[in-house]
Amino acid sequence: MIEILDCPLPVSLQDAGRPGYRHLGVPLSGALDVEWLAIANALAGNPPETAALEMHLLGPRLRARTLVTIALAGEFSARIEDAAGQSREAGNWRSHVLAAGEILVTGSLRSGIGYLAVNGGFDLPVVLGSRSTYARAGLGGIDGRSLQAGDCIGVGAGDTALSLRLPQPPRPPSGPLRVMAGPQREYFTDSAWAHFISDEFTVSRAADRMGLRLDGPCLDHDPAHGADIVSDAVTPGVIQVPGDGRPIVLLADCQTVGGYPKIATVIAADLPRLGHALPGDTLRFIEISLDLALAARREAAATLAQCIASMVPERAGFDLDALYTANLIDGVIHAH
Amino acid sequence: MKPRILALGDGALTLEFGDRIDPALNAKVMAARDALAAFELDGISDVVPAYSSLTVHFDPLRLDREELTGHLLQAAQALAQESALATRWTLPVVFGDEFGPDLAEIARATGRSETDVIEALCGTELRVFLIGFLPGFPYLGELPEWLRLPRRTTPRTAVPANSLAIAGAQAAVYPWQSPGGWHLLGRTPVRLFDLQDTVRPALLAPGDAVRFTPVGRDEFLRLEAAVATGKKSRRDWQTT
Repeated sequence: MIEILDCPLPVSLQDAGRPGYRHLGVPLSGALDVEWLAIANALAGNPPETAALEMHLLGPRLRARTLVTIALAGEFSARIEDAAGQSREAGNWRSHVLAAGEILVTGSLRSGIGYLAVNGGFDLPVVLGSRSTYARAGLGGIDGRSLQAGDCIGVGAGDTALSLRLPQPPRPPSGPLRVMAGPQREYFTDSAWAHFISDEFTVSRAADRMGLRLDGPCLDHDPAHGADIVSDAVTPGVIQVPGDGRPIVLLADCQTVGGYPKIATVIAADLPRLGHALPGDTLRFIEISLDLALAARREAAATLAQCIASMVPERAGFDLDALYTANLIDGVIHAH
Repeated sequence: MKPRILALGDGALTLEFGDRIDPALNAKVMAARDALAAFELDGISDVVPAYSSLTVHFDPLRLDREELTGHLLQAAQALAQESALATRWTLPVVFGDEFGPDLAEIARATGRSETDVIEALCGTELRVFLIGFLPGFPYLGELPEWLRLPRRTTPRTAVPANSLAIAGAQAAVYPWQSPGGWHLLGRTPVRLFDLQDTVRPALLAPGDAVRFTPVGRDEFLRLEAAVATGKKSRRDWQTT
């Protein structure tokens, strides 16, 4: 069991989401970056879609009530304080064993979000097939809300004493976000489209798990179509443009249907990147074909599998990764 | 307009029958949904009917997109009929005052009395076109022509849960507190989304019919308490 001691910024429980209920108006929800969720879980010895804590900007301070193994995925530092007040650094992209009574303090996140998984998973009820938190309707997580100081969360039975790490953290993504045009591309003038795929946009302060409102060039609707459609389905990654011409990129907690024209949709392979966007970040978009989008999806799955396969066990006292590297070099030398 | 297929990114396709609110188009959407279900395709996560379109969220690495497109176009040919499952509901509503703060303004804007507005709304059987936006949120239509007003110029940041609201030809009940730009007429004690009902958490389904019936403040409070204590079940709102 873990006890949340302090949680000043939103931290919510998220898994791979709640598919299968969008026809009831229930959003997909789930981790903004399902790849990092999978990595955190792999480091914690869990299946990839196990629910973990999704941290925004700053993680919680928590105490282990029992022995637990945790894993940290993200660009942040943390430290572990024992009962005697001794402190040791807890590196990211690896697992750590917390003895009962030890306290984990997470620092601020250099990338928008990060994940904290526990070996055995969090012991919380499954709501409509998922433990993901959807706060507006109070679904999932702890009573459907973000964590608060004082929350105690049970941990499922696991191996508890794992120690794994990634020798090479996942490469930080870069380059423009890849989109497919539409489904309402024809609602926009050619000039609006040209601006959309060539100009830079800035994430505004209106940014949360539902979506990101972007500042940048105004995307004009074609007067022949206007700025309203009869509501149809939306999905995370959709870029909808209301009458004011300011685009909104939808994210995991987005509504299921919407009445604004959708100029383009970010491809699935680039969705995890969107989840890290912070107010002030700049975004660019590039149009790609369906074939390239599917190839990117396959490539992302393969890259994630490789990343997870590269995990190495770590024991206190020596650096296995350094040993592996040394052996590799040794082998190369002998081959000659 | 012939049915057409739109790409919603690489993981969803939308079958579009038209671009207007029309019960006949909505019935085609339901027929296509049922026909698609009969194909029992693997790799589909969600099938979302809207006013005049049906969207399929799927995994393109498990279900070939061309194959799905073919099935969708085939499903689009299914004959529309009123679903045998459609249920009729009568939902009590307390109108005006703090429950419906826009009632007086709507009466002024339409040049009718508050009673006229309430009678017109309650005298119309509304079709559930779709459930979306929020869990259990029904898009209902269509309102009498004279009752159709544009949305509020400034949306409210917090519409109370269970508010009955109208905008354009549509009516809705907000199952959750939420920001919203529709006009608030009243409030119902009925829960439109309830996890206690594991079979059907959303009370209403597309194709259902809804009638609102006015109740006084005391009756509303009594019903609200009865719902909270489980003395009123969902069946009680079905029209017999």
